Amino acid sequence: MSTTPKTLFEKVWQQHVVVEPEGEPTILYIDLHLVHEVTSPQAFDGLRLAGRKLRRPDRTIATVDHNVPTTSAYDRLHIIDQVSAAQVNALRKNCAEFGVEFFDVQDSSQGIVHMIGPELGATKPGMTIVCGDSHTSTHGAFGALAFGIGTSEVEHVMATQTLPQSNPKTFRITVDGELPFGVTAKDIILDIIGKIGTDGATGHVIEYAGSAIRSLSMEGRMTICNMSIEAGARAGMIAPDEITFAYLMGRRFSPQGKAWDEAVAHWRTLPTDEGAVFDRELHIDAATLAPAVTWGTSPGMHATIDGTVPSLEDAKTEADRKSFARAYEYMGLKPGTPIEEIGIDTVFLGSCTNGRIEDLRAAAAVVKGHHIATKIRAMVVPGSQAVKRQAEEEGLDEIFKSAGFEWREPGCSMCLGMNPDILQPGERCASTSNRNFEGRQGRGGRTHLVSPEMAAAAAITGHFTDIRKWKQTEGAKR
Amino acid sequence: MEPINILTSTAVPLPLPNIDTDQIIPKQFLKRIERTGYGEFLFFDWRYDLDTPDHVEERKDFVLNKPEYKGAQILIAERNFGCGSSREHAAWAINQYGFRAVIAPTFADIFFSNAGKNGIVLARLTEEEVQILLDRCTKNPKHKITINLEKQTVTDELGFNAHFDIDPFRKYCLLNGLDDIGLTLRHAESLDKFEEKHNKDFWSAPKAATA
Repeated sequence: MSTTPKTLFEKVWQQHVVVEPEGEPTILYIDLHLVHEVTSPQAFDGLRLAGRKLRRPDRTIATVDHNVPTTSAYDRLHIIDQVSAAQVNALRKNCAEFGVEFFDVQDSSQGIVHMIGPELGATKPGMTIVCGDSHTSTHGAFGALAFGIGTSEVEHVMATQTLPQSNPKTFRITVDGELPFGVTAKDIILDIIGKIGTDGATGHVIEYAGSAIRSLSMEGRMTICNMSIEAGARAGMIAPDEITFAYLMGRRFSPQGKAWDEAVAHWRTLPTDEGAVFDRELHIDAATLAPAVTWGTSPGMHATIDGTVPSLEDAKTEADRKSFARAYEYMGLKPGTPIEEIGIDTVFLGSCTNGRIEDLRAAAAVVKGHHIATKIRAMVVPGSQAVKRQAEEEGLDEIFKSAGFEWREPGCSMCLGMNPDILQPGERCASTSNRNFEGRQGRGGRTHLVSPEMAAAAAITGHFTDIRKWKQTEGAKR
Repeated sequence: MEPINILTSTAVPLPLPNIDTDQIIPKQFLKRIERTGYGEFLFFDWRYDLDTPDHVEERKDFVLNKPEYKGAQILIAERNFGCGSSREHAAWAINQYGFRAVIAPTFADIFFSNAGKNGIVLARLTEEEVQILLDRCTKNPKHKITINLEKQTVTDELGFNAHFDIDPFRKYCLLNGLDDIGLTLRHAESLDKFEEKHNKDFWSAPKAATA
């Protein structure tokens, strides 16, 4: 027996190596392939053209999320945009033809693909998971190796249940200490991206460790792993523990009885061994963190709520200076502007980053007893049918609705605006999503990424507001 | 996939870092179910002025719209090209517009993989080398660059000569225009064997059978 200490990543990787051909990438076995309507039609076509079968329908799960309207159940079944409708229909037909389990628009398990994997218990520790979507990194929160792929790779997985992969490097980011009041998982990951850059983890699989990470719920862990791609990482992972097992227990596709015990026993072998070596390490003191707000057009361009839009002198490189100058213009912001003075038009609460029940609870707690500011458009888009149901059972929908928020049907929605939920040119949005790229939420739209609590507070005041002070005032009132 | 080895062409300079795939091909074109026809939508929001009444107008100041850059088969950009969304539509759009190669200091991982599957050569040069080429192609749109995949070099007639690294297997596939699925299926026997064993690793099943 070899006693070389191994990382979580190395263990999962090694358990999925089919073959390591000389001078070629490793052929890695894929346990779960998640499929959605946008990146799959060309792959299914490829299979048909080549006369190939879908190798493992039992390892494939599909849903619709990117294109679906969120306005009403009726609108979802009668999509007006004919191009979107055709894409959704193509997935319906393809799933029927190839025998893939498909969660259609009004299925009680429908939702954003990265929401439903964990909710169904399909996502589990130690698995390899892929999807034609960069935010597949979300599933790494369970100690799975999960990464986004392109459509050619989607077809490759369909045909072979494998992917040729070159061995990534490992990067451990340890966040120790207690998170200050008002600081969330979203603020941790935005801080990390700001520190290492949007290409800071290119070619690496990140493992998030440390007491601040361990103290997070599965929802928080998913938020962190979700945005690993925004730091350029191939994947992000967190070692499974009691919190992970408690989340998975009793879910539809979770093992039960003796199989559950055996699964837990296996999962307990996965965490990184003492003394295992990473290619890179970064340590962050949780106590130094503050609520984050992005000001520019890349997730790395962020400030803390008590800060200002940085000046050109703050740019580290010539390339950054150019990006800053371009971002000021696109975002309509002047360097030196205090973040708290930036007024907003719109609030979007949702996405695979922050569309989970805990996110909605946190935002509702801020909103309760208040009303959104005049002229603000605010919407809550639950990440999945399950989240929507749960929130309604808890009465969160009523809190949001009476505060002036729209309460929508589940989907990706305004995170990327493939459906009708988009920003108009110049419209400024406090968004709980993951990308503030130019035009991401609609051409000319201006996106500021924040936590659900910060988005909720901004909806009430009409400008970015320090949730740490908010909570204190609120607490004093009670 | 079309094989590629030596490419000599003029080049389009895009001197910006972190050009994300949302810029390369905006969301509205991801609704299509075809694999072709994306070239005309490449850099759509940068390329066209949509605020003109009744029609879509080319932005004359955007580099792709300048007549002197028409026909260029090489794109040059700054670091972290292709970051963000995994959409392979970005690689399709670049390829279908007519580019066969992109030169930059670094590329995002998923884009890197997608480009390889579409016969696009990605040449990683140093920041300094990329700046020289950006400079020369900005000053002289007729400036020609040669990418030699076999030798892994980028050269020009002014004496520029840089080496780029590429994974030998990726190079082999690009040179020969090879499709991945066929290559993997050479290992069908290993795959069957692994799968038989792995099927017993019940923790690996997405949908666990109840015990």
